[in-house]
Amino acid sequence: MASGKRGLRVVGKALRKVDATAKVTGTTKFADDLFLPRMLYAKLLRSPHAHARIVSIDPSPAAALAGVKAVLTGKDLPIRFGILPVSQDEHALALDKVRFVGDPVAAVAATSEEAAAAALAHIAVRYEPLRPVTDALDALAHPEPRIHDYGDLGNLHKLIHLEFGDVEESFRDADLVREDTFFFEGSTHLPMEQHAAVADWSADGKLTLWSSTQTPHYVHRALAQVLELSPARIRVIACPNGGGFGGKSDPFSHEIVAAKLAMVTGRPVKITLTREEVFYCHRGRHPTLMWVKTGVKKDGAITGMHFKSLLDGGGYGSYGVASTYYTGALQTVTYHVPRYKFQGARAFTNKPPCGPKRGHGTPQPRFALEVHLDKIAEQLGLDPAELRLRHLVPPDSLTANWLRVGTMGLGRCIEKVVGGSGWKDKFRKLPTGKGIGLACSSYITGAGLPIYWNAMPHSGVQLKCDRGGGVTAFCGSTEIGQGSDSILAAIVAEVLGIDPLDVAVVTGDTDLTPVDLGSYSSRVTLMTGNAAVQAAERAREIIARHAAAKLDVSVERVAFAEGRVFDVERPERGLTFADAVQLAEAAGGTVGTVGSYTPPPSPGKYRGAGVGPSPAYSYSACVAEVDVDPATGIVRVPKIWIAHDVGRAINAASVMGQIEGSVYMGLGEALMEEMAYRGNRNVVHKIPSLLEYKSPTTLEMCDVVTYVVEDPDPNGPFGAKECGQGPLLPVPPAVANAVYDAVGVRVDEVPITPEKVFKALRRKEKGEAGRFGPTAFPDIAWPEPIRVPPPWEGGDGRAVARGKEQRAARAARD
Amino acid sequence: MPDSKTKIALDVNGESVEVAFAPHKTLLEVLREDLSLTGTKHGCELGECGTCTVLVDGTAVLSCLVLGLACAGRRVKTVEGLATGGQLHPLQDAFAELGAAQCGYCTPAFLLAAEALLARNPRPDRDDIKRALSGNLCRCTGYIKIYEAVELAAARMRGEPAEPARETLYGIR
Ligand code: FES
Ligand code: FES
Repeated sequence: MASGKRGLRVVGKALRKVDATAKVTGTTKFADDLFLPRMLYAKLLRSPHAHARIVSIDPSPAAALAGVKAVLTGKDLPIRFGILPVSQDEHALALDKVRFVGDPVAAVAATSEEAAAAALAHIAVRYEPLRPVTDALDALAHPEPRIHDYGDLGNLHKLIHLEFGDVEESFRDADLVREDTFFFEGSTHLPMEQHAAVADWSADGKLTLWSSTQTPHYVHRALAQVLELSPARIRVIACPNGGGFGGKSDPFSHEIVAAKLAMVTGRPVKITLTREEVFYCHRGRHPTLMWVKTGVKKDGAITGMHFKSLLDGGGYGSYGVASTYYTGALQTVTYHVPRYKFQGARAFTNKPPCGPKRGHGTPQPRFALEVHLDKIAEQLGLDPAELRLRHLVPPDSLTANWLRVGTMGLGRCIEKVVGGSGWKDKFRKLPTGKGIGLACSSYITGAGLPIYWNAMPHSGVQLKCDRGGGVTAFCGSTEIGQGSDSILAAIVAEVLGIDPLDVAVVTGDTDLTPVDLGSYSSRVTLMTGNAAVQAAERAREIIARHAAAKLDVSVERVAFAEGRVFDVERPERGLTFADAVQLAEAAGGTVGTVGSYTPPPSPGKYRGAGVGPSPAYSYSACVAEVDVDPATGIVRVPKIWIAHDVGRAINAASVMGQIEGSVYMGLGEALMEEMAYRGNRNVVHKIPSLLEYKSPTTLEMCDVVTYVVEDPDPNGPFGAKECGQGPLLPVPPAVANAVYDAVGVRVDEVPITPEKVFKALRRKEKGEAGRFGPTAFPDIAWPEPIRVPPPWEGGDGRAVARGKEQRAARAARD
Repeated sequence: MPDSKTKIALDVNGESVEVAFAPHKTLLEVLREDLSLTGTKHGCELGECGTCTVLVDGTAVLSCLVLGLACAGRRVKTVEGLATGGQLHPLQDAFAELGAAQCGYCTPAFLLAAEALLARNPRPDRDDIKRALSGNLCRCTGYIKIYEAVELAAARMRGEPAEPARETLYGIR
């Protein structure tokens, strides 16, 4: 789409981010840094039960306390909400039932945080405990009592069955058919900033909410719905997030409660979650049990793949339906899979809800697939790097499940990490205890479809050119540390030939900025970027027209660079950018433009085709080196080589930061991070604290060698694709494969803790299979499949009836 | 119950200040709530994350674990005191240059912990840096740009002309 390859002056450079100075001087205002006059503090009372009916609540003793200004319970906020239209299953405060330990039940606003916290003890709640559902298998075994009164079957929230061609037939055509079972433990985002929100209600009926949210537009919609206010009277301001990683992408109870308390009291209200409460908000990685069966030819060519996943969803829907689809969507975009079948199920359980964490639903199947392929390569006697290189999905092609792959830099990524790590001299050649492993992955650059159905753009940018030469860019995008404000400024600056620091960015404010759907699904650089290109090119056109008349040259000869607008053929003839804006403003009035972006329509037309399509897919390859102590099972990772196909880097330093940060988070998931539960039937969080939730410190973090592969994608601004999530994905399987190379045991489960490695080693010593991991996938009453013939079997992207599909397949073969 | 307040005098970022606060308040709370110095952050208020690190008499401490009262007569330095006369401290400059501050929430704490390190060891190696910063969590950066920024700033503070390696900013192409 964007302005091709002419000499780029800003794009591609490692420039300081526009907010770097504010960040290093501590002047960035996060939500909890806001203090308004007369501000009250709110606290939430949370359920001590995993699953219980609320028999009665009496808030009156708390309401009578000194300093307490208001108390709310479920009946004050009876309207349901939820991020997905199909899962409107949350109440800001539980109405009749609690569904996990930590589910909010009541709220207090008081003159100090201490007074609000103390008042919680004076709210009398009587519960009638119900049998809690502890995990996905338990949900399957116990359809009753139901956690929710909706869902596909008992305590199964969602069941998916998709079939792209006859996989059973493809297995018969294979030289080797292999089945494996894997488990990926749940983990959480753990942003350093605890969620916070400040609400203000003005007597003219206007509500303002400042919040650490990644998705102000969706919070805006949820507030309007639950509070029954016109969206035109609600302003949501996303403060810069102190880390998000997906954990601040849902509209949350505390945001709605703060807003309601501000309305009730007529005073500003702040709520800041404690670290313990952040663990209850969660929406992190779904614990996922997986089974995969793949047929391959002798050379490793896949003939067909059947993948099943069972997700432990926790107490509410959140993004879970999308997460479930994502566990089956991207298996096909790395290596050619001619036939593919996916069955996915999500269970409701009585634990904090799971949702989108960096990689959203795809790190789990990627782990399974990449370890599975490592085993297949070994069985076929092939080098795992070679096997992958031979069967890459070609660029500009469709997959069996109708995803359109554009640019595809995975081959170059593999070559980089294989060359850089000395793979050929190390694989299966290192001394016992040392190992090396490889894995690859792909991720979407923005979801192709919005969360709620609408035909409007996914991102909008508005530009105002000032007579002084400054330009203001307005966009709903949300800065969560990934650098979106800087990308916006860089792209506008590039097109208009000015310094990015001369671009003021106003972002994430529903009163001031056009809608951008939010900082999730790695969508912002591509979508906001394309909208910014369009807005800036329109401004350039206006300015160029007037400059051309002044310089007496044709418009085509007008160039923009270094703060000047000039004649390309005689560059000394020109104007300053400010003078050029003034000319345009004098002639035509205020120079302002808009730009917007809507992703291309996706080729898949079947039910479920909405999850997986993206304007562009990023690719990563990773090699991990490990040291395993056979006596203790302790795994150390000294070094990781990572190569990432980013299309084009807009800000090179930001790309490096995103890749290194992704490797870090992947390493944490590979080795230690887990949402662990204990106590009463394993539904009480195992000490919800930063100390007990193990995450890598400087002492565990590995060295990282980063290769940036640029293969500009025509759908990205200046060719850019995502880099903030994809590079996490190959890390856990690369580590698992390296552990096998080091000590010859398979840990088919993350995190790869010492205990699991130790157990697998002891089993191997005893002559049993040297493996730790799940052994079976349960029987599930799957619905009839949605059958969609792959593109090469005569399909058109739509589902067909059984007979028709077979006829189409036969016709394509004959 | 209106808390009775206690008043103390201390030095904050080179200025003497008097401040009155409820005696149970931590230094973190006094800084943020009573002195409006919100540059100091918190991630747990239990001494687990390092996000609230400030310097007291030149030593890095967790301000969520120190009572405000214990700081009477002491010298406290926060991120607001790092830059002088509109000029960034070399650590701040290097963090900005390398992108070592992503979300920036952990950054004030890392800057102060690093400053304490460089004050006692102007030539730290990578392991010294890792050890000195091991009590500070960062979820964004993977720490790598932070190490590189501390090394860059340390070199510049020693008066050596130092520039980041191309691979630091651009990776291997
Ligand atoms: S706030 Fe976490 S250590 Fe002080
Ligand atoms: S920069 Fe975000 S936590 Fe460190």
